[in-house]
Amino acid sequence: MDILYKVLVEPFVFMGEAPDLLVQTLWEGLVSGVLYALIALGFVLIFKASGVFNFAQGIMVVFAALTLIGFYELGVPALLALLLTAGVMLLLAMAVERVVLRPLVNQPDIILFMATFGLTYLLIGLGELIFGGSPKEMITDALYLPQGVTELTILGGPVRFQHLDIAAAIIASLIIAGLAVFFSKTRIGRALRAVADSHKAALSVGISLNQIWVIVWFAAGIVALVAGIMWGARSGVSFSLQIIALKALPVLILGGFTSIPGAIIGGLVVGIGEKVGEFYWGPLVGGGIDTWLAYVIALLFLLYRPQGMFGERIIERI
Amino acid sequence: MSFRRVSLGIAAALLLGGTALPAAAQDSIYVPLFTYRTGPFAGSGTFIADGMHDYLEMLNQRDGGIGGVKLVIEECETGYDTKKGVECYEAVKGKKPVIVNPWSTGITLPLIPRAAVDKIPILSMAYGLSASARGDIFPWVFNPPTTYWDGMSMIIKYIGEKEGGLDKLKGKKIGFLHLDASFGKEPIPLLEELSKELGFEVKLYPVAAQDMQNQSSQWLSVRRDRPDYMIMWGWGSMNGGAIKEAVRSGYPMDKFLSVWWPGEDDARSGGAGAKGFKMLNWHGVGTSYPALQDIVKNVVDKGLSKASKDKVGELLYNRGVYNSLLIAEAIANAQKLTGKKAVTGEDVRRGMETIKLDPARLKALGLEGFTDPIALSCTDHNGHRPAFMQEWDGTKWVKISDPIEPMSDRVKAQLEAAAKDYAEKNAGWPKRTEACDKAS
Amino acid sequence: MLYREAGQFKTTYSSDMAVFRLREDRIGVAVIVVAAYALAFVGSDFLLQAVLIPFLVFSLAAIGLNILTGYAGQLSLGTGAFMGVGAYACYKLMTAFPDVNVIVWILVSGFFSAAVGALFGLPSLRIKGFYLAVATLAAQFFLQWCFIRVPWLVNYNVSGALDAPLRTLFGIPVVGATATSQTRYLVVLTLVIVLTWLASNLVRGRIGRMWIAVRDMDLAAELMGIRLLQTKLLAFAVSSYYCGVAGALMVFLWYGGAEYDVFNINQSFFILFMVIIGGLGSLIGSFVGAALIFIMPIVLGIVLPAILSPFGLSVGAETIEHLRFMIVGALIIFFLIVEPHGLARLWQIGKQKLLVWPFPY
Repeated sequence: MDILYKVLVEPFVFMGEAPDLLVQTLWEGLVSGVLYALIALGFVLIFKASGVFNFAQGIMVVFAALTLIGFYELGVPALLALLLTAGVMLLLAMAVERVVLRPLVNQPDIILFMATFGLTYLLIGLGELIFGGSPKEMITDALYLPQGVTELTILGGPVRFQHLDIAAAIIASLIIAGLAVFFSKTRIGRALRAVADSHKAALSVGISLNQIWVIVWFAAGIVALVAGIMWGARSGVSFSLQIIALKALPVLILGGFTSIPGAIIGGLVVGIGEKVGEFYWGPLVGGGIDTWLAYVIALLFLLYRPQGMFGERIIERI
Repeated sequence: MSFRRVSLGIAAALLLGGTALPAAAQDSIYVPLFTYRTGPFAGSGTFIADGMHDYLEMLNQRDGGIGGVKLVIEECETGYDTKKGVECYEAVKGKKPVIVNPWSTGITLPLIPRAAVDKIPILSMAYGLSASARGDIFPWVFNPPTTYWDGMSMIIKYIGEKEGGLDKLKGKKIGFLHLDASFGKEPIPLLEELSKELGFEVKLYPVAAQDMQNQSSQWLSVRRDRPDYMIMWGWGSMNGGAIKEAVRSGYPMDKFLSVWWPGEDDARSGGAGAKGFKMLNWHGVGTSYPALQDIVKNVVDKGLSKASKDKVGELLYNRGVYNSLLIAEAIANAQKLTGKKAVTGEDVRRGMETIKLDPARLKALGLEGFTDPIALSCTDHNGHRPAFMQEWDGTKWVKISDPIEPMSDRVKAQLEAAAKDYAEKNAGWPKRTEACDKAS
Repeated sequence: MLYREAGQFKTTYSSDMAVFRLREDRIGVAVIVVAAYALAFVGSDFLLQAVLIPFLVFSLAAIGLNILTGYAGQLSLGTGAFMGVGAYACYKLMTAFPDVNVIVWILVSGFFSAAVGALFGLPSLRIKGFYLAVATLAAQFFLQWCFIRVPWLVNYNVSGALDAPLRTLFGIPVVGATATSQTRYLVVLTLVIVLTWLASNLVRGRIGRMWIAVRDMDLAAELMGIRLLQTKLLAFAVSSYYCGVAGALMVFLWYGGAEYDVFNINQSFFILFMVIIGGLGSLIGSFVGAALIFIMPIVLGIVLPAILSPFGLSVGAETIEHLRFMIVGALIIFFLIVEPHGLARLWQIGKQKLLVWPFPY
């Protein structure tokens, strides 16, 4: 009885007692959810267009951030460094398409998935070789990202909103809106959707698969760059960031692998669920449950809806 | 395919033949350094590695080695990974190392039972298994100059002083932010014992190694609990991440204390808000000491160092220097004790046991005022030296207290219990048979 | 010339369907086994302790993962955690009943791992493909959290880590610091040979065929009468058994003590790479993959400085580390392009070509 009370009643009582803390927790969850969604967006882009589950998205985030800092440390002004980094990500996209995707064109999905594993390790080694293994600071000032805090009194207590987090939320929304417009209104967007539906049909109407893949990986690279800047500004850039990218997997599960709005909603659910769960239920078991809570949430969700919230229904045929 | 075959063939041949690794030449002493310049802890490990390497290299360049015998210094990359650490150990074993520094509690633990069998002393300076301070039970393991339990008792003592007496701690709340690993959990029993005795409440905030840069949940809980003081036990990117989050969530920085592991970069990552951050330390910072000047002249300026000039003299660099100071002193002692020039692991063990770094010796080494004098003995492999508190003023570390003595009575009791516990659990733990030398 | 089927007539079905049909194959396997045992007496400490014992341990874990992912088609990223369950179970059993032979406990600890594996395999009935990988990730992180959060598992010791108390076999120490690398190598080798033989029989028998059917198309398998629940759970259980035994061997006969971090997600990826490169669905592939992924970096560490130092270029230890990562990554991509079925397929092709050499077919 006591345990049931502790699990089912007490946390809600506590939520009511300190509503300002609840707001703070929700805000923190929202921010990390948006950041997870940014990483998941890269996955969705690539999966939508090429059916490849790009495990290397996490390391692309780190790599993009490190390249940006590397250019800046060489003396290049920040905005120019941004453009140069985008250029590097384009080169990376072309290299990946040429070396990894083209030779593996008709292989089963699992093979392509594992190829991205190899890509991950390759990029980890390359990144450490070029940039060194120690963590670096993101160049937030040079990028005109706001520092500072606003403290509002909400529901009886102080709630702190980092300006950086607000900026991250706004930038992420802009990117998502931009991508949604891109996919539905532009010619290339339509071509991407065609490729996602059927490679053969797209080829037959004259869409160059190779070009599309380069564009899609480049777009994912840009999203990775933005994610890297935002994550890096919050917690510094180092190679342990790519493990955080694993958290994008539950996001994709909840949101579906092919849906951009799904990535957002999945991200928010995971982010908020994780923070609230860790804050209110974590102390019952000694803390630290945010390492696995997201995955368990995704697992339970999958048992109910195996294709995710927005994913297409899996129809199996013999 | 044939290229595959050829390379596989070469590899196989090298494997079987590569076991005959070149042993240290007759007139040289082999000192392997287990370092990590990669991985999530590289932010701390790189500076330690540089400090360790440069001091020993300085001895080679300036004095031609120790006692005229050159030191062969070789780094082995462990990435703070136990598997790679044990692999490094096995790889260097054949080259007859005189001492090993695992620089990771996780790597130290599997090596402790092997040290006695392989006759290679382990120097786990202020980390590793605290119980290994008992030289009678762990004759081959050394962890000077202080243990984690001593350190925790020093921090509590300092907080007590700030509050006006240890009895004033009653009713206060102290938060403990730690790496969720053996290293971070070791001081918890002592902390809980002190909390029961002195009446303060302890709140534990573990940080998993994969979440070191994503500590917002822990600091949310800190905001909820509002502890009066926060004690941190972190390493690698955890320290920088914690300081950043502390600034972000508005925790009063002057109530934030840490064990001796954060470096300048960690404090800098907190920006202007990190002013007031306190941590323990037992040695000096900066390059004003003659030995440090020698390092700059003989190693850094000659391009033999991997460190950039502005990092020489920083906290973790000097920590590495201290580590090598102990190694060099142990070797010198071993040479004195045995009369041999090219000493072995057994000799260096005796040398380590009879270390006596008094002010005169420190001055002769060019490190006057660098650190408190320390002397080890057969039963005391630690020294239990005091450490002082230093504060970050925004640009550098400022010493803000005298050396704080640890609460030896409580620590001693814990040490004895833990050492006995270890020996019992590892049935068949050999009794010490090594003779005891008098310090010279 | 050396490898010919000519002249070997089979008179019974069983000899025709045997695993090693050709006399040359049987001789080859016998030579390998004898050489492996001989290495115990000839090999150096470094070779045994740092190369062969871990190679065998990882091969066993790779066999486990191969059974699950290669034969039964269930992608799993929880290998590290299942190894951990075996190691911790073995520790608890060993310390609770110190008089019983440690080999018995190593083999028994696999059953605990099998139970946990079957539990986390339950979602595989609803979830397939990548999604299952996420379910196993949940297992990985949750179990890792349990290892550090439940002090009962390490008998409440101060360091929170596993240690290896002294245990003997027929009076000779096998676990603990005094156990020589020869003894440990022999024990590990024998266990691996026995378990591999068991796995080989499993995958070639009825159960193995059920797994392969499920992997190829589980709906069709179900229609044929194969019960998916039992088959998939059995795959998880057997796979986790092998991983658990490998984990126990790793901690007690190789490391001699370990922290919980040894069983992290990188360990899972490590074993997965071995299976991918070695070849999904092949036992020999597990060995070859383990050899390549594990031994190649060590060889690299020896070879690279040897090549570069005559030129005066010193390669720092961390550069070798970076190159290790890059080469592993590049090799994975290379193998997936050249031979998606892994090195084992290359070996098979090689054997077939040898059979008819010098004719091309």
